[in-house]
Amino acid sequence: MRLELRGQVSERMVYCSPVFAVIMTFLTGMLIFSFLGVNPTQAIITFFVEPVSSIDGVAELCVKATPLVLIAIGLSFCFRANIWNIGAEGQLTIGALAGGGLGLLFFNSSSQFLMPGMLIFGILGGMVWAGIPAFLKIKFGTNEILTSLMLTYIALLILSYLIHGPWKDPEGQNFPESRLFPEAGLLPIILDETRLHLGWIITLICVPVAWILMTYHLIGFQIRVMGMAPMASNFAGFRGKNIIWISFLISGGLAGLAGTIEVSGPIGQIIPVISPGYGFTAIIVAFLGRLHPIGCLLSGLLMALTYLGGDNAQIELNLPNAVTGVFQGMLLFFLLASDVLVRYRIQIIGYKNKHRNVE
Amino acid sequence: MADKKPILELLEICKGYPGVIANNRVNLEIKPGQIHALLGENGAGKSTLVKIIYGVQRCDTGKIKWKGSEISQITPQIARKLGIGMVFQHFSLFDAMTVEENIALGIPATLANENLKQNIIDISEKYGLPLDPYRYVHTLSVGERQRIEVVRCLIQNPKLLIMDEPTSVLTPQEVDKLFKTLRRLSAQGVAILYISHKLQEIIDLCHVATIMRAGEVVDTCIPSEESPRSMAEMMMGTNLIVTKKNERLVSEKPYFSVINLNHQATMEHGTDLKNITIKAHKGEILGIAGIAGNGQIELMEVLSGEITASDDSLVSIDQVSVGNLGPRKRREKGLGFVPEERLGHGAVPEMLLWENAFLSGYQSMKLMLNGFMNVTKSREYAEKIISRFNVKTPNVNVTANSLSGGNLQKFIFGREILQDPKVLIVFQPTWGVDAGSAAYIRQSLMDIADRGAVVVVISQDLEELFEISDKISVICEGELTKPEIVENITVENVGLLMSGIKPSGNDILGTQL
Repeated sequence: MRLELRGQVSERMVYCSPVFAVIMTFLTGMLIFSFLGVNPTQAIITFFVEPVSSIDGVAELCVKATPLVLIAIGLSFCFRANIWNIGAEGQLTIGALAGGGLGLLFFNSSSQFLMPGMLIFGILGGMVWAGIPAFLKIKFGTNEILTSLMLTYIALLILSYLIHGPWKDPEGQNFPESRLFPEAGLLPIILDETRLHLGWIITLICVPVAWILMTYHLIGFQIRVMGMAPMASNFAGFRGKNIIWISFLISGGLAGLAGTIEVSGPIGQIIPVISPGYGFTAIIVAFLGRLHPIGCLLSGLLMALTYLGGDNAQIELNLPNAVTGVFQGMLLFFLLASDVLVRYRIQIIGYKNKHRNVE
Repeated sequence: MADKKPILELLEICKGYPGVIANNRVNLEIKPGQIHALLGENGAGKSTLVKIIYGVQRCDTGKIKWKGSEISQITPQIARKLGIGMVFQHFSLFDAMTVEENIALGIPATLANENLKQNIIDISEKYGLPLDPYRYVHTLSVGERQRIEVVRCLIQNPKLLIMDEPTSVLTPQEVDKLFKTLRRLSAQGVAILYISHKLQEIIDLCHVATIMRAGEVVDTCIPSEESPRSMAEMMMGTNLIVTKKNERLVSEKPYFSVINLNHQATMEHGTDLKNITIKAHKGEILGIAGIAGNGQIELMEVLSGEITASDDSLVSIDQVSVGNLGPRKRREKGLGFVPEERLGHGAVPEMLLWENAFLSGYQSMKLMLNGFMNVTKSREYAEKIISRFNVKTPNVNVTANSLSGGNLQKFIFGREILQDPKVLIVFQPTWGVDAGSAAYIRQSLMDIADRGAVVVVISQDLEELFEISDKISVICEGELTKPEIVENITVENVGLLMSGIKPSGNDILGTQL
């Protein structure tokens, strides 16, 4: 058996492949549920319908989707340039610490500038953390996959140190948690009696801005050219180093922003676990969304649903939390598989022909 | 040989791919001992037809007869058993293995025995294909590598030998040797199907030519009774533009110059450049000849600025040093360039034509607005390129890789030329381009030289260089010879220099005066 390149890749199929991946995930999911002894239809309803059957549920969905969409949009810039920043989790953490740190520093403040300041610090924090692998790649040619990933663990350890040490709430009975942010350091709620906060609006603004930047700005053009044809990028005289810097800083900045939004939105303080792996899940979100900001928005919502569905399945069906991970993994697996099949067809070769292939 | 029965007959062969008919009712017959040319532009269906004969692909309808009897099914193995051998355009050799090992890998196990070495030596002597079975492939020249492929076929004693564009990588001397071998084979009754678009070669070598256009056989002729021009016109179905050289005003001082430039190759197996000196004047076309892999890629990178020189003063345009500038800054100084590779270097395959027009034209054509791409202006520019350079495409909203090679090359040339470069450097301008587009491109190079631009053409195609250049230099192992006025040299001289043979005496090429 071998894979043979298809002559013409159908544009429509490229966009259909995520849909196909979702359908396959549903079907396989139902199969798994029935093996677990759960009625598959009931399980799918519990997983994917119940969580969003109320306004509160939809609001929760948007709260979960906020960091995923933001990070995925940023990662799209990197991935489009063929730069493999997989350390968004670390950039999110440092962003949360930088933004949240400002909130803790002014824990008595009621200034209206505190919140914008925290967001800006969050962005800068993420940029600094993403700037390290960018610098190392440009200066020493290191592999950004390794450096960005390892920096994630460093970031998590810094978080752990701060929260167990200097930033621990003095009145917190020795729990590893920071003080609560002041009112002025919390993102305002935009829908009463839900947790839906201003971060969602920020996300919705980022989507079209990123789309325009990617499609019609010279920066986006350079990033796309470098990713699709690095030689053509040289031909045009684009500076490869600048493109590396820019794409790392955009994605780091957005991850840092997502981190600050998390701590100053739904969480309200700095705790040992800020993110349940948003930075990693966003990689799936970015690819599922075809590295396109609007695609990222849709796939971010879908991925958020798997988190909510997983929680719901735990409560309603007594299923383990790992179900969430299984669903996310299946989604990525089927997406990659259908992407391969969009570009290649499977050819089964008989034993005889296998020996001597002329071409 | 007219009374001989054909060895291979194709009757009404049809083959379609989704969206195109590659072969439409093709009839062809080849007689023993005949050297039969298959001629046509890119996309005319030559390769498909050959693949059908060799069994790599199956035809939809039609019959194949071998020695008068019909063959129901054909695969490469069956083809080889029947006595059909094929030398592909791209070699399938392992660099780290010896000649003998490579040959052993490509033949039936019964032949790959202890007599193989002797066989190789016998065959190579018999047909004038000197080949040492113990040599490693990576130490061989391209011409020698091709001999391995030919010997590999001959060892199986073929009745029909198919050769796909065999001379595109050879020096004139190597071509002569190959032709001698082919004539000898023909005299012994081996039929040869010879695919090429080099018309002069076909006239020199082939007995019969079948001409294909858009999947159909449109004509057959006796090449020796035709001229390259008449055959090109049969091939294209239209009249060919004849390039014409005008007298030009050549500037006194060189306008574009490179002085004693050394450069170490960055690629693996690249060629270092040694003491390259180029002095090119306005209104002059300088041709740089050479066999692939002798430093042309590196030279192109250094001239375009994709790799900057070690010292700013080594490269200059109009007395201004540009050695340290990248391609973007050099474009500002009036440099334009067209790389060898169209898809992925000169153009982004998956991007639309207007985006590709923006790629190199955004500065000089002012296609930007506050950092954003001005889509309307970029489209207009792409449309201008298409209409001025006869690019066949439905509109500017198609991707670059949907254009044929010739059309995309015309688009890329149009994009550079419409920016009115003072210096235009082109690498293999008509490589893999159909004859019509090639003539068009050559004419446009002459036109901009007429307007007073410096044109530097790096090419392997000597016919082309002799047609358009005013002076020719030769690059061999990273060294560039002194340019000579084209009227004072011959193709043979240049061929010798290309293969690294330096005639004795100071006057390398000028002795022909």
